[in-house]
Amino acid sequence: MRQTPTVQSPLTLNEIYAALAECAGDLKIIAGGTDLMVLANAHQLEASNFLDIWRVDELRGISDEGDALRIGALTTYTQLIRAPLIQQFIPALVAASRTIGAVQIQNRGTLGGNIVNASPAGDSLPVLAAYDAALEIGSQRGTRRVAFNEFYTGYRRTVLAADELVIAARVPKVKAGERDFFCKVGTRRAQAISKIVMSAKAQMNAASIASIQIGIGSVAPTVMRATQTEALLVGATLTPDLIEQARQMIANEVTPITDLRSTEHYRRSVTGNVLTKFLRQIIEGAEAR
Amino acid sequence: MAVGKNILRKDGYEKLTGAARYVDDVTLEGMLYGKTIRSRIARGRIKSIAYDAAFDWSQIVIADYRDIPGKNYVALIEDDQPLLAENEIRHYAEPILLIAAANKDLLEAAAHHIHIEYEQWSPVLSIEDALACREIIYGTDNIFKRFLIGRGDVEEGFAQAERIIEGEYRVPHQEQLYIEPQGMIAIPGNEAMTLMGSMQCPYYIHKAIKQLFHLNDEQVVVIQMTTGGGFGGKEEYPSVIAAHAALLAHKAQRPVKLIYDRAEDIAATPKRHPGVIRHRTGVRRDGRMVASEIDLVFDGGAYVTLTPVVLSRGVIHALGPYACDNVRIQARAIATNTPPNGAFRGFGAPQVAFAYEMQMEKIAAELGMDSLELRRINMLREGDTTATGQTLIWSVGSEEVLNEAVERANYQAQRLAFSQSHSSIQTSTTNHVEAHKRRGIGLSFFLHGAGFTGSGEAKMKAQAGIEIMANGHPRVLSGSTEIGQGTRTIFSQIVAEELSLDFSAVEIEEPDTSRVPDSGPTVASRTCMVVGRVVQMAAREVKAKLLHFVAERFAAPEVELREGKFMVAEKALADFQEMACEYVNLFGELRCFAHYASPPEIEWNEETYSGDAYPVYSWGAEVAEVEVDMDTYEVTVVRLTTAQDIGRAIHPLLAAGQIEGGTLQAVGYGLLEELVWDQGRIINNRLTNYIIPTALDAPDMETIIVEKAYPHGPFGAKGVGELPINGAAPAIAAAVFQATGAFLSEIPITPERLQAAIEKVTTDEHR
Amino acid sequence: MSDEKNKSDQQKSGVSRRSFLKASGISLGVPLVVGHRVINVNGQEVKLYGPTKTSITLTINGAKQTVEVEPRVTLLEALRHELDITGAKRVCDRATCGACTMIVGGKAVYSCTVLAIEAQGKPITTVESLMQGEKLHPLQQAFVDNDGQQCGYCTPGFVMACKAFLDKNPSPTPEEVQKGLGGNLCRCGTYMGVRAAVLQAATMHKGGKNHG
Repeated sequence: MRQTPTVQSPLTLNEIYAALAECAGDLKIIAGGTDLMVLANAHQLEASNFLDIWRVDELRGISDEGDALRIGALTTYTQLIRAPLIQQFIPALVAASRTIGAVQIQNRGTLGGNIVNASPAGDSLPVLAAYDAALEIGSQRGTRRVAFNEFYTGYRRTVLAADELVIAARVPKVKAGERDFFCKVGTRRAQAISKIVMSAKAQMNAASIASIQIGIGSVAPTVMRATQTEALLVGATLTPDLIEQARQMIANEVTPITDLRSTEHYRRSVTGNVLTKFLRQIIEGAEAR
Repeated sequence: MAVGKNILRKDGYEKLTGAARYVDDVTLEGMLYGKTIRSRIARGRIKSIAYDAAFDWSQIVIADYRDIPGKNYVALIEDDQPLLAENEIRHYAEPILLIAAANKDLLEAAAHHIHIEYEQWSPVLSIEDALACREIIYGTDNIFKRFLIGRGDVEEGFAQAERIIEGEYRVPHQEQLYIEPQGMIAIPGNEAMTLMGSMQCPYYIHKAIKQLFHLNDEQVVVIQMTTGGGFGGKEEYPSVIAAHAALLAHKAQRPVKLIYDRAEDIAATPKRHPGVIRHRTGVRRDGRMVASEIDLVFDGGAYVTLTPVVLSRGVIHALGPYACDNVRIQARAIATNTPPNGAFRGFGAPQVAFAYEMQMEKIAAELGMDSLELRRINMLREGDTTATGQTLIWSVGSEEVLNEAVERANYQAQRLAFSQSHSSIQTSTTNHVEAHKRRGIGLSFFLHGAGFTGSGEAKMKAQAGIEIMANGHPRVLSGSTEIGQGTRTIFSQIVAEELSLDFSAVEIEEPDTSRVPDSGPTVASRTCMVVGRVVQMAAREVKAKLLHFVAERFAAPEVELREGKFMVAEKALADFQEMACEYVNLFGELRCFAHYASPPEIEWNEETYSGDAYPVYSWGAEVAEVEVDMDTYEVTVVRLTTAQDIGRAIHPLLAAGQIEGGTLQAVGYGLLEELVWDQGRIINNRLTNYIIPTALDAPDMETIIVEKAYPHGPFGAKGVGELPINGAAPAIAAAVFQATGAFLSEIPITPERLQAAIEKVTTDEHR
Repeated sequence: MSDEKNKSDQQKSGVSRRSFLKASGISLGVPLVVGHRVINVNGQEVKLYGPTKTSITLTINGAKQTVEVEPRVTLLEALRHELDITGAKRVCDRATCGACTMIVGGKAVYSCTVLAIEAQGKPITTVESLMQGEKLHPLQQAFVDNDGQQCGYCTPGFVMACKAFLDKNPSPTPEEVQKGLGGNLCRCGTYMGVRAAVLQAATMHKGGKNHG
């Protein structure tokens, strides 16, 4: 008979670090439980002991750091949705949080959990990618900062060492005049896993694009930035022809697969179409102004 | 008056307070937990079964086919489905062994220590594979069952036709996905083996257990517990679970509870039959159908189970609510190495409804005429004759439902408005730089035969009864089960109405085979129309006996029963309750049973498969309005308007709930629900990846109940449970056709499938 | 509990009259019960639960109840198996269907993905608490009035999700109601009834009427 797991319940970050240093590898960190408990219930987490960090309040909260917001890893989606700071400075993160599961998930699921779960379909991740977020990673050895876009090393693999914990995300604020965007194409309208999920941000200089960042999920082994398409768009004048070029380029830039939820063909072309949604919005917004 | 009123649902209070106990909510003293060990191949044979010697097996009860006292078959139509595989494996997740233990951890651990080795054979996994006969897995041609029906002269009809239009339609598996997973508890005893759990048909289980264990009627007791949904999925399969639990309980001599988890439930239990349906229709230029040839093939899965009956309903409904003098319909059910398909609300009809309605759209498009007009030209009306040669003599609400749905949805005006807005868009459908949402509106028109097919009801002779309890109130004795659809509520209304009592005075006995007669299964939209009628007749008999009794007692031959009182003119002689008590005191009991007799007008020929296939039909029309996102190919159903003729709504709110619920399941069928297979194994067997509609996917619905009374139903009622599941898929597909120009001949209309169809339209346009 | 009360409870449960149905808790066959231990890891003291059973105290529907559970046990399992509080159901075990919804610390959660030990110290509210004496809670009454339940299996969880929704949004628009109820799957298709029920309960609340 398999060993039933133990659960450690630290109350401080130092206690977490200590526990991780002591028995790294054998410990599964559990926060809101919305991903991990699903595996546990399905008997897919044999022989793992839990480190339950839910009570560590140091890991909660959103603070204004001038040009960026610091979001504690245990901040829930519900907290993100309701936070005036997030609504004002990272609107795409509010939009993303609203599409995650349903309210029961949003009440327990955390930003840090979404990050370390490392699913390519994590719905908040394209926002962090597009916003060029940085992650604060801590351990008994100290704290380091890693660019979010360098955090994933492969399918469900990250740069985290066994004794480390993601403690916060530092997300630059949207700048004045900058437009942001979020779109999830899922299997249904609630409780859906994404087929394609995109977040983007752009700054216009008259009719041309001064800067643009595009983060996409569910179309590659990890969340990705569409750097080639960004390069095409930056400095260019936003015309229907350019939109069509960008649509085709991004469809080739992503590397999706056919799986349970969708097909490679659909994911490629709809990634392109979703990008055009954003670019059209920019044109329409400019015309409205 | 109780009938036609929205009284409090009989089971509402318990369900809303959490007090209702379902099978998984009950734990018995000394109870073991059971588990089924299943095959991990689709086809082959068992080479060996090994039990790890290191594991302590003393705490585990193990049963295999050799422990079955009787024949190793699940009693249904044919004795071909073993309760436990002996050697040959015919589908993935086929039961091989049963184990039981005192707790679930031990049970899971034991399961990990059983190793089964197989010799794998090449499986037959699709309709095409089965028909190609490269591997023979059933009989000589892989065909479980054939039907051929028709009338007139099809060749002559096609000769008269000015256009011949062909179409091929494909429909998928659909999982019932009752929210309560399947489950049963078996309790061994000296006098009887008791089975209690989640089920639609206690007497099916009763029969299966008797056969497997060589027991007589009294030695098996089957009790339905509060059941969390069935939709057909708890018609035949609970017999398997009950038998498995009973086998373990018999061996352990302790109660055994066997509950499926969701993954197992989806992987192993029956689904709606997938099918391929071909239409060849001859029409005149004015739209009149003069010849129709239909070929339908259903995939029955690995064993016969209920497939012939599903196919029979499919073939009879294949032409839909339309008249055609020259018809030939061929139907075949084939065998594949997939879990047996079975009963699901609609039972063969939703498959053919998608096909016949899309064929109407196709004919209209090819003739360049309005599809509503085409339907009006060909629709069945009172006095018309169906494909089986049945002349419709009563309760035909076809015109009313079509008119109501079209009017309330403002169908014609909307249809015109959308088509004008589309023709003003110059860009092609795959231009993503401009217009991005398209609207469309579509219609479907359908019918559903109520009750068993053909002579089924005449053979079944469903029974039900009423007894007067010690307090003078009536109690209904029926094997019909409450599965959320309102059996208990409507039976109490029918009895209250007949006996002029308040509905709260009527009690409904639990379905328990030791206490209630066999009313036939709770399936086929027959509970209200057929069993409700029998309950009504039993109530009338109770009333007659009491009237006679009171008339003698008061020497008042002209006594009447009104508002719970025995009256002579305006003078009250006594209360119902008082007289009922007195009767029981005097004679010991007052119990009246009735059984169903088919209306004398109904005739069915089983040999030629012709005549009155059903005593009556329910009729429906549905209008779907959709918005298609041309960037993501997602279809949003904006509004559904449906009009359904159900004879009489005994409880309008519950009837509307049946219509909304069936319609929503059909929205899932049309847009979302699909199984993903890998070598005979279902790989999306979770609620996360088998996609059913959430509240956000549920469109606004308007439901119009049309009441064309059926003279042989209780207070005019006919079937309601299944009718609504026929309409939404084709109506949505028709709306998508208008919105995008893409004609979808296959469901579900997933964004991926719609994308492919739209891309095909664009390619064709550019050619 | 009086015999009378006991009897009526049994009748409500739908398994009346069968003497063999005396419900009893499950014995998992793990006899040793300890509270949590405090362990010292790298100089820090951390609470450690398990692997054997741990005695925990949960505040369920206003009453403190002590149960002994293995630390990996979910809140749903603890209530259903140890306390025979069976309104919330186990359906998907995947944080998808919502049948196990309870309100913990004022928030609707899927109790199938919350550890029982984690729920200590927070008020836990289940469907069993809603009745006000003999009367249904206005929300339950609204479910009755609008036929927001058919088979009933999703209902206890759905009612609690609606309660949490109304607690946060006392005067919702119909669109907010539709969007707010995505976390509970119903296959009978009662969503229309549930939406109407929530709107009715909200109206009653807004009107300040005390419906029990």
